[in-house]
Amino acid sequence: MVSLAVLAAMVQATDTVSSIFAPVSTPAIKERDLSVLVLWLSAVVFVVVGGLIAYNVVRFRAPPGEPGTEPPQVYGSAQVEAAWTVVPLLIVMVLTLSTARVIYEVQEAAPPPNAVEVTVVGRQWWWEIRYPKLGVVTANELHVPVSDSVVRRPTWLTLESADVSHSFWIPRLAGKTDVIPNKTNRTWVEPFRPGTYLGQCAEYCGTQHAHMLLRVIVETPDQFARWVEHQRQPAAVDPAVEPGRRTFLSIACISCHTVAGTVATGRYGPDLTHLMARSTIGAGVAPNTRERLRAWIKDPDDLKHGALMPAMQLDDERLDQLVDYLLTLR
Amino acid sequence: MTTTKLPLTADIDESEPSALDRVHEWVVTVDHKRLGIMYITLALGFLVVGGIEASLIRLQLAVPDAHFISPEVFNTLFTMHGTTMVFLMGMPILAGFANYLVPLQIGARDLAFPRLNSFAFWITCFGGLLLYSSYITAPALFGGAAAPDFGWFGYAPLTEPTYSRGNAADYWIVGLIIVGFGSIAGAVNVGTTILTMRTKGMTLGRMPLFTWITLVTQSMILIVVSPLTAALILLFLDRALGAHLFDTQAGGSAVLWRHFFWWFGHPEVYVLMLPGFGFVSEIIPVFSRKVIFGYPVMVAATVAIGFISLGVWAHHMFAVGMSPAANTFFAVSTGLVGVPTGIKLFNWIGTMWGGRIRMATPMLFCIAFLLQFLCAGITGVMLSVVPFDWQLTETYFVVAHFHFVLIGGLLFTVFAAIYYWFPKVTGRMLDERLGKWHFWLFLIGFNLTFISQHFAGMLGMPRRIYTFLPERGLELWNLISSVGVPFQLAGVACLVWNMIRSFRRGAIAGGDPWDAWTLEWATSSPPAEYNFAELPVVRSRRPLWDLKHPEDPDWQYE
Repeated sequence: MVSLAVLAAMVQATDTVSSIFAPVSTPAIKERDLSVLVLWLSAVVFVVVGGLIAYNVVRFRAPPGEPGTEPPQVYGSAQVEAAWTVVPLLIVMVLTLSTARVIYEVQEAAPPPNAVEVTVVGRQWWWEIRYPKLGVVTANELHVPVSDSVVRRPTWLTLESADVSHSFWIPRLAGKTDVIPNKTNRTWVEPFRPGTYLGQCAEYCGTQHAHMLLRVIVETPDQFARWVEHQRQPAAVDPAVEPGRRTFLSIACISCHTVAGTVATGRYGPDLTHLMARSTIGAGVAPNTRERLRAWIKDPDDLKHGALMPAMQLDDERLDQLVDYLLTLR
Repeated sequence: MTTTKLPLTADIDESEPSALDRVHEWVVTVDHKRLGIMYITLALGFLVVGGIEASLIRLQLAVPDAHFISPEVFNTLFTMHGTTMVFLMGMPILAGFANYLVPLQIGARDLAFPRLNSFAFWITCFGGLLLYSSYITAPALFGGAAAPDFGWFGYAPLTEPTYSRGNAADYWIVGLIIVGFGSIAGAVNVGTTILTMRTKGMTLGRMPLFTWITLVTQSMILIVVSPLTAALILLFLDRALGAHLFDTQAGGSAVLWRHFFWWFGHPEVYVLMLPGFGFVSEIIPVFSRKVIFGYPVMVAATVAIGFISLGVWAHHMFAVGMSPAANTFFAVSTGLVGVPTGIKLFNWIGTMWGGRIRMATPMLFCIAFLLQFLCAGITGVMLSVVPFDWQLTETYFVVAHFHFVLIGGLLFTVFAAIYYWFPKVTGRMLDERLGKWHFWLFLIGFNLTFISQHFAGMLGMPRRIYTFLPERGLELWNLISSVGVPFQLAGVACLVWNMIRSFRRGAIAGGDPWDAWTLEWATSSPPAEYNFAELPVVRSRRPLWDLKHPEDPDWQYE
């Protein structure tokens, strides 16, 4: 009974941000459907076997006090042993067949010609996101188009790592695929509902494993096309923030960051060309506001202890100018 | 060559030995019973250390976005917690029980190699101390993290010099190599003893199930700990000499390490769990007053688990991008290992069926074990369903699953074994009232802490994160999980107090307080150094039943 209640509660838990029981994309839906079957089977097994144990304890409990005689000794039974060997074997067989089917459906699926191609590079502790065919580079926020039953437009992801092992996981879109150095993995998502879906690195990857978040923004085809068009533009140039721009280009920022159309072409940190188009900084550690951005540049360690970006030791005036410049990178 | 002069006369010293003499006696002992007690004491010490680490972890995760512990310290805590519980608590406590019980159960006077036994204990002890000394000495030497912080399975390349500066990883590697040598030495010793030193009439088919299971697990240790030791040496070559086996930046393979580690790591789960099955197979019959149901099937199931468990390791790697065929293979093998495990569970139920069940503390722990291990088995099958595993792996669901195996399963059986054999070891009974307090507190605490973690995992909480974000539906489950901790701590405190108190003032046990049937109960409590004044001769699996029921002995039926 407890397990049935638990089961019901689980399947009902569809409203949370990252529940595996609230899938909106093909692989996650297939995984959910199989999971629910397995949960029901499990509930039956639990009730039957748990019931036997409980019955045993209640029915055969020795009456207190009296010593009593020894009960009849039963040494075993070939028939009974055979029964409880064969039944579990049958369950395993059913599970194996249904499991194999979904494994092949998810892993062997081929991308349709119009699929969006994305390369995701796991880094300590953020995600580099590249659309090689569209010429777009961004970080920590993956934009993908929505599919519907008529027009399927899944996104195929190539997963690579620049340092240690990570794992790509957006619970409502797809189960995990590890991101491993010297190994290229593939996975795919095919969301049917626009929205923002939260995921995070699922393989321990060092100090800030906890703050390596990934947002997936599922958009209508039009919105997605507009987003791509915008991302392809070089960085905005605004003469009003020239001092900040000069600061940025004259110190070490450019060793690690790229701003398209300038001399900043570093790849070690996130591409900043359209920084302000993203809703968070530090791979989801804080909202992307002026105040937080300033705090981040002043000392990244404050917001995200252990982050690999050094504090830039700027005085307040130059810091403000630099933030003013970054705020124009829309 | 110098000649030494022997004293011609010596006075026999009849005074009480001083405290120092007593310590000396224990340090130099080669008696399997004393070494068994030392193993168990060492393991219980590390259980407390690992438990404190776990409590700190739960304290940090009680509320979202907590800053009670820094990420660096948190990462050392879960690494050391895992390493401690597996290598310094699980392995030694089982080595301790095997040490103490096997010679008594098979009617031997000691293990085959008593001095090797002493060596194995001390090397395990010092390996553990070396590992822990990294907290103190690693920062003093070359900076870097004070203790290992890459998780207990040490995934490459986090263990490589680029990502683990300083010497913490070296302490971990060398510590585990040393502890591994201890396990291997113990396995050789106990295995040899079982194969060659059984008393007259004790055929393999008449051995108590605990001894049978010990034979299987010690063989498994030889097969899986040796490769782990080799892999650790390779990793050490990477770090010390710049070999590039797992150094991905120089072309090494991160996946190779995972195969090496889980080749050890998964069978290791059964190395830990099987002795628990052994305890239960001894205790449930005695407290149900019935012979074990299906003894030959139980032995066969044990051996089957031993073999199948060597072919399931990559079910820890369903997300690394193996081929669909490989994923399917490991799904099948993992499902199959559940079959003999299920058979065991059914045989225990069959043993209780129609019995006269006495609800003493050891039996309470066994019953809770049956239910909790049932849950652990079911969630294990869920994890073998690859697509389900893609969602569940590396989340708190997995954490909950293996704590149901290792606490709800193994630790509950270890507690049962402590209550069951404490009278044999000390000659005094543990207090039943405190035992029941221990049982209920621990039962409630354990289930609060770990049932809730299944839900956190299904709602998207990865493991090994030092904090979690609010508004993801995780607050309640994490809070409940942390609330369970004080209950468990109180339970363990009851046990410790019970052991200390009963050691001095417990009721006198006598040789056979539980009216049991295996040979260890045929000698005094505690047994003399030579175990048996006269080696017993056995004719069946329950020699003491035959003695107590000459009109209806077991050997008529076997």
